[in-house]
This record gives sequence, C-alpha cells and structure tokens, in this order.
Amino acid sequence: MMAKPELKRVSEYCWRIEPSGNMKVPGVIFADNNLINDMDEKTLTQVRNVAALPGIVKGSFAMPDAHMGYGFCIGGVAAFDPDAGGVISGGGVGFDISCGVRTFHTGMTLDQLEGNKEKLADALFRDIPAGVGSTGTISLTSEALDNMLTGGAVWAVEKGFGTKEDLDYIEEHGMIKGAMPGKVSPDAKRRQRDEMGTLGSGNHYLEVQKVIEVYDSQIAEGFGIKKGDCMISIHCGSRGLGHQIGTDYLRQMAYEAPKYGIELPDRELASVPVNSPLGQDYLGAMRAGINCALANRQILTALVRKTFAKIFPNSELKMLYDVSHNTAKVEEHQVNGKMKHLLVHRKGATRAFGPGSSDLPPRYKSFGQPVLIGGTMGTASYILAGTAESEKLAFSSACHGAGRSMSRTAASKKWQGSTLMKELAQRKIIIKSRSMRGLAEEAPDAYKNVSAVVEATSNAGLARKVAKLVPLICVKG
Amino acid sequence: MWEHFSHQSDIGIRAKAGILSRAFEDAGLGLTAIITDPKDVETLEPVNIECGGENEEVLFFNWMSRVIYEMDIRKMLFGRYEVKIENLKLSAIAWGEKINFDRHSPAVEPKAVTLNQLSVKEENKEWTVQCVIDV
Repeated sequence: MMAKPELKRVSEYCWRIEPSGNMKVPGVIFADNNLINDMDEKTLTQVRNVAALPGIVKGSFAMPDAHMGYGFCIGGVAAFDPDAGGVISGGGVGFDISCGVRTFHTGMTLDQLEGNKEKLADALFRDIPAGVGSTGTISLTSEALDNMLTGGAVWAVEKGFGTKEDLDYIEEHGMIKGAMPGKVSPDAKRRQRDEMGTLGSGNHYLEVQKVIEVYDSQIAEGFGIKKGDCMISIHCGSRGLGHQIGTDYLRQMAYEAPKYGIELPDRELASVPVNSPLGQDYLGAMRAGINCALANRQILTALVRKTFAKIFPNSELKMLYDVSHNTAKVEEHQVNGKMKHLLVHRKGATRAFGPGSSDLPPRYKSFGQPVLIGGTMGTASYILAGTAESEKLAFSSACHGAGRSMSRTAASKKWQGSTLMKELAQRKIIIKSRSMRGLAEEAPDAYKNVSAVVEATSNAGLARKVAKLVPLICVKG
Repeated sequence: MWEHFSHQSDIGIRAKAGILSRAFEDAGLGLTAIITDPKDVETLEPVNIECGGENEEVLFFNWMSRVIYEMDIRKMLFGRYEVKIENLKLSAIAWGEKINFDRHSPAVEPKAVTLNQLSVKEENKEWTVQCVIDV
C-alpha cells in the first residue's frame, strides 16, 4: 500500500484515513487488497470531503464497490445527527433517487422454463417498457400523481398492481412516511406523468436468473431459495421525477450552503442542515422520490407477472425483497452507547439490517434483511443477508453492485454490442436491447469484479453471502 | 464543434465556438449524441426553450437541463438548435422529432446535468462550455 500512504490497514478488509484538515471523523473503506489498489485518488478525496461535513457521526464510509461519484463517492455511506447541526446532501442521494433492486421467485427451475426461454425473452422485451423514450401503460392525473408520491407501492397495490402481501417484502413496507408532494416541482411531476412502470436505461435491467450456488443453506431456506431456482430481478429507480428533484435541489442546496456557514470542498456535496427550511423541503421531496421508485417497481412487478402468466398460466411470482440503494433515511442507531435518530445517506449502498430489525417481515426476522446485489449482464448477481455486526461497522450498510471500472466512452470504443450479444448467446444468456452501443457501454468487463466486491463485503462482515445467481435472460433498459 | 469526454460513470460534453450561443447549440448536439447520432434526427418539429441564469455557467446548466426536460416529456430527439443569448436570457428553438426505436436505436438516457466539471470559459475569442451528464 505504498502508493496510498494515507490509508492505514485496520483489518484484512478494512482501511482507515485518519482525520486531518477539516475532517471531523475518519474515512473508513471496506475493501480487499486489489479493490483498494484499484480505488483512485478522486474516490478517496470524496471520502475525505464527506468526513468534513457538519454533524457527521462516526465515519465517512466507503463500500467495496466504491468509485468516483458526484460529491459523495458511489458506494458512500454517511450518517448525520440533525440535533448537532447535521446536514442533508443532495449529492449523498444522487439523481436516481431510490434506485434499487427487486427480486422475486418464479417457483420454477430452468428445466421447467427452458423450452419457453426464447418466448419469455421476447414477451418480456415486448411488454416491459424499457429504454430511452419509452412510456408506461398508465398516465397519471396530477391528483393521482400526488397520491402516488405519498403512498408509494401501497398506492400501486390499491390501484391493482400486485398484492398486499408484496408490501411486507419492501423496505418501509412499500411506503416511506413524511413524503411531501407539494415540495416536488411541477417540472418533476410533468416528467413522471407518463413514466410509471418503465425500466429506464443505462445500467437498469430486468433479468431472469438462475441460482447456481447457495452459501448459507439455513438463511437461503429462510428466504425460500434453492440451488437451481429461477428468479427475476428488476433494477431501476424513480425515473424522470427523481432526476428532476435532484436537478432542482442540487442547484439550490449548493447555492444556499454558504448561508449556513457550510464550506463545501466540492459543490456537488450540496448540503444544508437537516433542520433548515430547504433541508426539510428536500427531505420531503426526496421521500416522494423514494415512493415513486417503490411504486414504479411495484407496477413493473405486476407487468412481469402478467407476461409470465401468458406463458406459464399457473405461475406464482412471490416477492423475495426490494432494496433501494440511493437514499437518505432517518434511522435509529447506537452512538457511544446511546440510541440516536440519524439521517443515514447511502449513495450506491444498500441498507443491510441485521436479524431482529423491526422493519423486517416476520419470516425474515431471524435471518436479517435480504441484500440484493446486481451484477452485469454477463456475470452474476448475489443475495446476501444483513448481519448483526454491520450495525457497528457502517450503520448496517453493504455494497450495491459491481461499480464501473471503465467509462462509457471508453467501453463503447473497446467493445461492439453485437459481438457481446453473440458471446453471451454462446453462454446461453439471451440479451434484449434496443441499442448495440448501449450494450457495448454496459459490457461486463467495464465493471469491477462483482464477485470480489461481494467477497470483500461478506468477509468484512457488512452482510453475509447467501446465494449466487447468473443471468438467463437480460432485458436492458 | 462538440466532443464527448470520459467520466468514470457518466459522459462529459465539451463544445467550443467563437460565440457563446453557438457553443450552447453544439453542446445541445453533444447531448443528443449521448442517445443517438444527431445526423439521424429529422428536424421536423420546433420546440421553444427559454431560460435564464445569474451567470454564464448557471445559464449553461439551466439550458442543458431544459433540453433534457423537453426531450423527456416529449419523448423527442433534437437534431438542430438555434440559440439566442442576450443579457443572460436565453431563447432557443430546438428542432427534432419523436424517438423512433428502430431508426434511432437510443443508447442511453440523459438523467440530469451534474455540477461536475461544469464550466463556461472565454479564451482568445473562443468559448468553451462543458459539463458531465448523469446517464
């Protein structure tokens, strides 16, 4: 580690940057040797910058998939104490508010699915609105939109998308309280009017996957997962509404920060005190964004079920869980022996509550929260479970995915979408996409090694490895 | 003249021109090029765009944000822009058409303009505008 002298090794999977300059707390990075060596200086600078924000508690954390983001690094976790001048940061949430992963069971094995795999891929590509310019099957009036922003997936279920049982398997039971649709701009609402139940583009996807490995049979059984099972995962977020909330507030928060004596080492950190008028407005708008993402994934679930039922009339697609990885949430955590309400930012990091958490459905109580880690179209996804020790390590947080290692511009020069598609077809992975360049930009090798990221996450104790899944069908956004 | 520059997660746009409004127009084409080749976009339908800003940098941020907004709500792509800037007030017409999945094969959706590497500079009578787009 001579190249990064500021890093002190705490354990095999944990590194520390001691506070210096404006840093109020240390930087804490979870990674193995290779991942830490590959982490660039800009990422470490972002970890240090977050450590300098007012009211930060315990540490500025980076997960093993950390890479350069905007203000916060992607894979960044930081908790702020609102009673101690703690801040809320638009950069700590990002533009795709509550982007996340939802996974459900198909109740089938590959043998049962194999004969209809092509047909299923075509049907999913046809029925699930994906990619730039796609619109959903519903259009919302302004009243309905406000109800959706308040009600999240609960609203979607009331409108006939999915079942009440689904809600138990979503963070916050499908609806975060305290959303303020009135604090969401008309522009943001206009962008969402026709985008409910759309997947988006970029690294968003819908995958049919197969469980190829079970690491913890007890937890896997608790989650209802067996080797050979086929599962479905959706990776998407709050669409145009979230992007516009980000645009509206990032600008304003960066502008107002100096009013509160906050010196931003990087304007993208865009922070104001949680207990300021703008801080409260953003919190209310951002929560509306979370509900939008939860409703969006709920509608997509209903669409997938409908398509599935056309090909497999007796299928029953039950929820495993739904996680969000771009959020700021008020949570209770222990600090110096006292329980405190903190605003925990997770930018490209997944909440990973351990066994016993009150937010978990009774079935999962003794196992911990399912932590869903999306890979790339050619590698693997993982299911992990929150641990008791994660609370002490990083406010119960884990990684979120592979994390890019190469830019889109470089990837589209290096690979060709059509060649990638053929290579993946040889490995029996069906890819559906509207854009060959889009595929090249998402080339599996443009990402970090997701297995190494998960291994480091698991070995660091942030979450326990439960199962590995590989893609069979991937509908790219 | 516009170009894309590398960013680890997203895509940067840089445009250079002798006059500021032209640099804004070219950056608009750079934005379209994130999704598809601007040459493949037919300039059939005009859309008016207006915005302001307290300085050139904010004006550029607001301009790019408005173009993303109009693309998103109209599901359109723009192949030509006519921009006028007077006293930090911008009025523009963006010419384009609805996205055609077969013809445009849209690659990736611009979500938002970030503050990362955002700058507007004039040097030797040449304006350089740049920003990173979250996709």
